[in-house]
Amino acid sequence: MRQVLLAADTPVVVANATGCLEVATTIFPYTAWRCPFIHCAFENAASTLSGVETAYRALKKKGKISQDIRFIAFGGDGGTYDIGLQALSGACERGHRMLYVCYDNQAYMNTGIQRSSATPLGAATTTCPAGKLLPGKSQNRKDLTEIMAAHHIPYVAQTSPGRWNDLVSKTQTALRTEGPSFMNVLSPCPRGWRFPPNETIKIAQLAVDTCLWPLYEVVEGKWRLTYRPKQKLPVEEWLKTQGRFAHLFKGDNQQVIEQLQAEVDRRWEELLEKSS
Amino acid sequence: MGKLISMEGNQAAAEAMRQINPDVVAAYPITPQTEVVQTFAQFVADGRVDTEFITVESEHSAMSACVGAAAAGTRVMTATSANGMALMWEILYIAASTRLPIVMALVNRALSANINIHCDHSDSMGARDAGWIQLYCENSQEVYDTLIQAVRIAEHPQVRLPVMVCYDGFIISHAVECLKLLEDKEVQEFVGEFKPVNSLLDIAHPHTFGPLDLYDFYFEHKRQQIEAYGPAKQVIVEIGKQFSALSGREYGLFEGYRLQDARLAIVLLGSAAGTAKEAVDRLRADGLPIGLLKLRAFRPFPSEELIQLLGGFEAVAVLDRAVSFGATAGPLFTEISSALFRADRRPLLVNYIYGLGGRDIDIEDIQKVGEELERTAERGKTEQLVDYVSVRE
Ligand SMILES: Cc1ncc(C[n+]2csc(CCOP(=O)(O)OP(=O)(O)O)c2C)c(N)n1
Ligand SMILES: [Mg+2]
Repeated sequence: MRQVLLAADTPVVVANATGCLEVATTIFPYTAWRCPFIHCAFENAASTLSGVETAYRALKKKGKISQDIRFIAFGGDGGTYDIGLQALSGACERGHRMLYVCYDNQAYMNTGIQRSSATPLGAATTTCPAGKLLPGKSQNRKDLTEIMAAHHIPYVAQTSPGRWNDLVSKTQTALRTEGPSFMNVLSPCPRGWRFPPNETIKIAQLAVDTCLWPLYEVVEGKWRLTYRPKQKLPVEEWLKTQGRFAHLFKGDNQQVIEQLQAEVDRRWEELLEKSS
Repeated sequence: MGKLISMEGNQAAAEAMRQINPDVVAAYPITPQTEVVQTFAQFVADGRVDTEFITVESEHSAMSACVGAAAAGTRVMTATSANGMALMWEILYIAASTRLPIVMALVNRALSANINIHCDHSDSMGARDAGWIQLYCENSQEVYDTLIQAVRIAEHPQVRLPVMVCYDGFIISHAVECLKLLEDKEVQEFVGEFKPVNSLLDIAHPHTFGPLDLYDFYFEHKRQQIEAYGPAKQVIVEIGKQFSALSGREYGLFEGYRLQDARLAIVLLGSAAGTAKEAVDRLRADGLPIGLLKLRAFRPFPSEELIQLLGGFEAVAVLDRAVSFGATAGPLFTEISSALFRADRRPLLVNYIYGLGGRDIDIEDIQKVGEELERTAERGKTEQLVDYVSVRE
């Protein structure tokens, strides 16, 4: 979040969906936010911010405000891929000039690690635990970045704090964009993914190098890879760093890894084609 | 002074919105509110308002956008009905508890299931604890007048709460009535310029709206919020007076009709008051000492005033256009009876549920209520607490 905000050279107003970020930064009577900030509910960061941005335009039109202000919404994967998808889709279709940042930690962490539609195949969460019968989540993750690209808004990007310059330059492009922009940021969660906190950046990078989380952008409909791994690593390299996948390396769960690899390969090929 | 014009209730609401000329409107269509949104959209398209109109994808987003726009220091309005209000429910509380002066036209309609587009008060009654001021209207004139007053009430420094202006679906929303409109300039002067208290767009003074508020502060915040509803009552009366000075039409917390020398009273909300006034006249002609109390403000609820007014009556019939499933009686009745519990001389009370899903109530129905009320008073006790008007049993 800090990287995103550092990239802004114009004052910003932030809206935040309910989730870890919000509860960790705004415990009354304290606040960690030095810019104007609003948290309304879980599923409506996009619609709340669309109201703020519209108010700004209304006041600008009447000459009651002269300053340039940018608008940024932060939502977790739950608040964005799942319960807040409609509000985000609506706001993008309406064309509000705002940047929506999904910090994707691949589960509902605030409520204690439940699956979301961003949770990858095979991951164990408290609502899709690994058990005698089931090897963690049995579905593939939704591709939200592609869904947002399908809205044909001017700027859509996928990025990772593993490559901070990619994150910062995409944020700058997004904030310069006159219209809605969307960024999906992989956000490894030590607690939910079960790894030591000092591995956060390494794991964020590995997700990129295994092509589980490719870095790309879609500018005015043009797809462009912004980073190409020198060597595409097998997904195991990423899976084995996290306790939530530990069960996949036991018994006959190997086939889940194969399924995941096949899915990653297929989506990677598709992406290469789109961005060629 | 303004002109006399005939129009539907929804057009009257849209006309009030046009003259108020709010900074932002976010709304989503639903029967019977749709004409409000459509008419207003036409005003926007024709450049007759300066409003930024957010064509949201749902009522949940409508209320969320209203919250965002109000927190950003603009004057905001919306409109909905029934299922739309139900979908807003979560955010209704957030609007009130963040003390945002949003004004909403609520065109009363029955909640599903089964789906029904006609009038009852289940939608607004379902939201009665959400923290919104609720004002009910008898006809289009009151809708128009109340929307204009609502802006001032909501934004009053001692109130700063959202206001719901409730009016009966189809019965008011789609009926053509004659009403007197004010001049645009008069409305503009009456509502004045919006002066926000804290704004999200005040970059120099950043505020955090909607923090995590746990057991160490939440309760105090609720306690403070409760305090706003007392002044709200006075402000409704005060703004009503100012409005009468402008328009010649009287507004307060309620309207009494032939109550002065009455021993029996009927209490209700909304359009049925017109029917009830005629029924009261007929019953009076038959020698029954009966009057009508049309409640305008349901939230804040004028308990003290009603104790003054109705304490000492022999019997009171409360008519509810909504049910509270599993409760002792209808929501209006429960409210009235808990207020009158503290009266020195308590009237006998009976409750009638009527008009669910748009079922008509006519003059004769209310006459029967009056006649039965007289028998209750003679008996000196309530035999049946809750009864139902023209339903097949
Ligand atoms: C309408 C509603 N449903 C459920 C919740 C409970 N809830 C709060 S945060 C949360 C999960 C948040 O997950 P995500 O958006 O991924 O953010 P994270 O906590 O992982 O940062 C849930 C389920 C809620 N606050 N509101
Ligand atoms: Mg999450």
